[in-house]
Amino acid sequence: MVKMKSNVIQREEVVVKFVGDSGDGMQLTGTLFSDTAALAGLDLATFPDYPAEIRAPHNTVAGVSGYQVHIGAKKIETTGDLCDVLVAMNPASLKSNLKWAKPGATLIVDMDTFEEAAYKKAGYSVNPLEDGSLDGYNLVKAPITSFTRGSLKDKGLDQKTADKSKNMFALGIMYHLFGWGFEATFDFFNKKFKNKPQVIDANRTVLEAGYSYAEAVEALSSVYQVNKASIQPGRYRNITGNTATAWGFLAASERSGRPIFLGSYPITPATDILIELAKHKSLGAKVFQAEDEIAGICSAIGASYTGSLALTTTSGPGLSLKSEAIGLAVMTELPLVIVDVQRGGPSTGLPTKSEQSDLYQALFGRNGECPAVVIAASTSANSFYYAYMSAKIAMEHMTPVILLTDGYLGNGSQLFRIPKVADLPSINPPIAEANDPDYLPYRRNPETLARKWALPGTEGLRHRIGGLEKEDGRGNVSTDPMNHQKMVDLRDAKVQKVADYIPEQEINGEKEGDLLVVSWGGTLGAVQEAVEEMQSQGKKVSHAHFNYIMPLPKNTKEVLSGFKKILVCELNSGQFVNYLKMTHYGHDYMQYNKVQGLPFTVNELTQVLTQILEEK
Amino acid sequence: MTTKLNMTIERSSVELTKDDFVSDQMVKWCPGCGSHAILSSVANVFPKLGYRKENIMMVSGIGCSSRFPYYLNTYGIHGIHGRAAAISSGVKIANPHLSVWMATGDGDSLAIGGNHFIHIIRRNIDINIVLFNNQIYGLTKGQYSPTTPMGSVTKTSPQGTIEHPFNPGELVLGAQGTFFARVPDSNPRLMTEVMFEAAKHDGTSIIEVLENCVIFADKTHDMITNKEFRDDRQIVLRNGEPMIFGKNKDKGIRLNGTRLEVVTLGENGFSEDDLLVHDMYQQDPGIHLMLAKMSFPHFPVAMGVIRAAMYPTYDDMVEEQITFAKQNSKIKSVDDLLNSGDTWEIK
Repeated sequence: MVKMKSNVIQREEVVVKFVGDSGDGMQLTGTLFSDTAALAGLDLATFPDYPAEIRAPHNTVAGVSGYQVHIGAKKIETTGDLCDVLVAMNPASLKSNLKWAKPGATLIVDMDTFEEAAYKKAGYSVNPLEDGSLDGYNLVKAPITSFTRGSLKDKGLDQKTADKSKNMFALGIMYHLFGWGFEATFDFFNKKFKNKPQVIDANRTVLEAGYSYAEAVEALSSVYQVNKASIQPGRYRNITGNTATAWGFLAASERSGRPIFLGSYPITPATDILIELAKHKSLGAKVFQAEDEIAGICSAIGASYTGSLALTTTSGPGLSLKSEAIGLAVMTELPLVIVDVQRGGPSTGLPTKSEQSDLYQALFGRNGECPAVVIAASTSANSFYYAYMSAKIAMEHMTPVILLTDGYLGNGSQLFRIPKVADLPSINPPIAEANDPDYLPYRRNPETLARKWALPGTEGLRHRIGGLEKEDGRGNVSTDPMNHQKMVDLRDAKVQKVADYIPEQEINGEKEGDLLVVSWGGTLGAVQEAVEEMQSQGKKVSHAHFNYIMPLPKNTKEVLSGFKKILVCELNSGQFVNYLKMTHYGHDYMQYNKVQGLPFTVNELTQVLTQILEEK
Repeated sequence: MTTKLNMTIERSSVELTKDDFVSDQMVKWCPGCGSHAILSSVANVFPKLGYRKENIMMVSGIGCSSRFPYYLNTYGIHGIHGRAAAISSGVKIANPHLSVWMATGDGDSLAIGGNHFIHIIRRNIDINIVLFNNQIYGLTKGQYSPTTPMGSVTKTSPQGTIEHPFNPGELVLGAQGTFFARVPDSNPRLMTEVMFEAAKHDGTSIIEVLENCVIFADKTHDMITNKEFRDDRQIVLRNGEPMIFGKNKDKGIRLNGTRLEVVTLGENGFSEDDLLVHDMYQQDPGIHLMLAKMSFPHFPVAMGVIRAAMYPTYDDMVEEQITFAKQNSKIKSVDDLLNSGDTWEIK
């Protein structure tokens, strides 16, 4: 056989998606692929896409689990719109994911699974590998199941165990496609299956078999070469948004000297923050898995009173349950961070899909005049920084802070440049000194309007606080009309004062132009790429992406004033645009909204921007 | 894991008195309300504990009972309806060096806060809970509560309630409670005594106070607490002593097969030797449950400490796990954590 060399295609970026049945190990495959990509020096972003059910019926569309990885030699800001390579382990996963593949994409499918019963169960009437329907793609029919079994036939494994390694065969094919080595993956096997040498051996064998298969049969007409990304020097790791959030709080605890307490109740997609913090008792983390969402936040309020950096983590429905207690934290003016990893709503909604539809709830979802700081993270990696800043603001300004992330940020992962804790901004909570003769529960710092934090156990500071309206200064229960007005105004002014301590809003692009694209939270990557695409075409478009929502940065008015048109893009029906209309009226806002449980694609945004710029 | 840590609460260097705990706030309960007696008993107990006054913390929910923290000069939080147990849990876990007390009512803890109530008990967090049971919603002016006797006419049950009431003792033991005491508001000496026992107990202590609401449920406990016949309708349990009661100390409780029975001493050949001897430290809650369930007219109502069993507390175990992790983990700082696992240098 004459060995022909495959074409080498040089690419700036490639999007790969692994899809299969929920039991096929697609999440692990995707993770190992991205770790190897990271070690090869590429920038990347990932997103797992899995069904709400733990194990939906086998071989059905409902049971398809996926993992998308976007890698590149350039800065990667999104998990990618459509994929260049789709690895499909069964007919159902091909059926449900073909729409996410680019025209002409490479499809690597396990041909062994395309039996009549299986493709019919997936909703195909004829075998899609045989009917010519995939002619527009670079279809690679790989005998993944049979070759996996074949490569393990001398290993003494039963078929069920052998089949569990199928995903490694697919991964081996991918490593050949990108020309990568096995080291990182072998290291993982050695750690993961430490006491099971047989399993290590099986996985290595199948991974190599997949690679050799791809090399030997010339199944792939071309291979990719993605150069190393030019990334800011430093030490890096891969991190998910939920882990970054948890670590940001740990850093804030260490930097402020305040012990960390989390009261939480498991809820998708926020649970991983609870799981992550529960691992770190060596850093003093006290993690209380409460009996419900309300107990989660109320235990945190109790911990806050005693001087802990107090946290509660949840998703939309849980935030609803916590509303009354957030009011208590506002009234008692205690520091508290409430993390809402947003998901599709209302009610139980779409637990595993992502939306930005809790903004109104975060801003307004409480009884009474009840202001709280609202901050939104915008990438998986910067969730670390915004968690840190949320904790800093909560403690220094003695206020609850609601930190909004979302399912895509929380579960997605990105490269993260590891900071040194000592380099992070200092945190100085206003802790009252023992026997301070001037101490009163509601006496305020004139600059921040924050009251002092008097910790139980301290001599000379015994005091009571609670949910009833309090007399300014002394903090006794008061129903005096003018006092209530004053306290309402003070609580609002205290939150507004936070604007003096946050960065000014940045503009990506010129300060004046035809169009300002406004976005907030988890849509940063897609909107930024679309705007940069327009800018590269010479269009006078700029981008303002908001992380500080309540209060807004002080220069927001100025930012909004330099443009003929303003377009606000968000994954809800227009919550931020209405908030801007309320706080910064007088501008002619346009809006682009999507509420499908899906992120924006760069492609749809560039189309929208192009259309708006063409309209006169 | 059950090794007891030395989690002592710092003791006062000076002798404290009731005056150290009096707040400057006007007490706004109705004249004749049972809460006044409870406040007085608590203020009597606090100096006896010997703790620094700064290390005592009072938490409450909502309702008449829950104004309590304002009337004592300690650290305190007046919380929201039903959530005192959750707030207290956070306080104690975050700072185990505090003596945490909780004032709550039958509505606050057995209705809206029922979930938190059973879970704090199940976890055995070291908190002393005083449950003001007046069998009515007082602050909202007279609706029935989860302990209102069936058939009672109240504002929301004009034809009488059709709900089976909770017996708090039964609920506490069902939730694996380690400490339960009951006391009438008309017996301040016994109240002070059981509160002291509750403070000594490591774990969640529940003190049910049979409280009178003069406005909306006056004399609700009268059948048991009236001076005329209280000695025949109550039995004060004392650890290690035979269960004797009655104005003439001539009645007792014995175990007949698997059930409790009231007997008269000297009749049918029964003597003190036939009576049950109270063992409040017994781990098995069987007899404790039967005692907690005794009710008029077949039995005297049990008062005093019914159960005080030793079990590890949640708050101690939290500290043990943290100590263990600090000693054994390689992660000593957040910088260690950030650089753990797979990381790489980009130059």
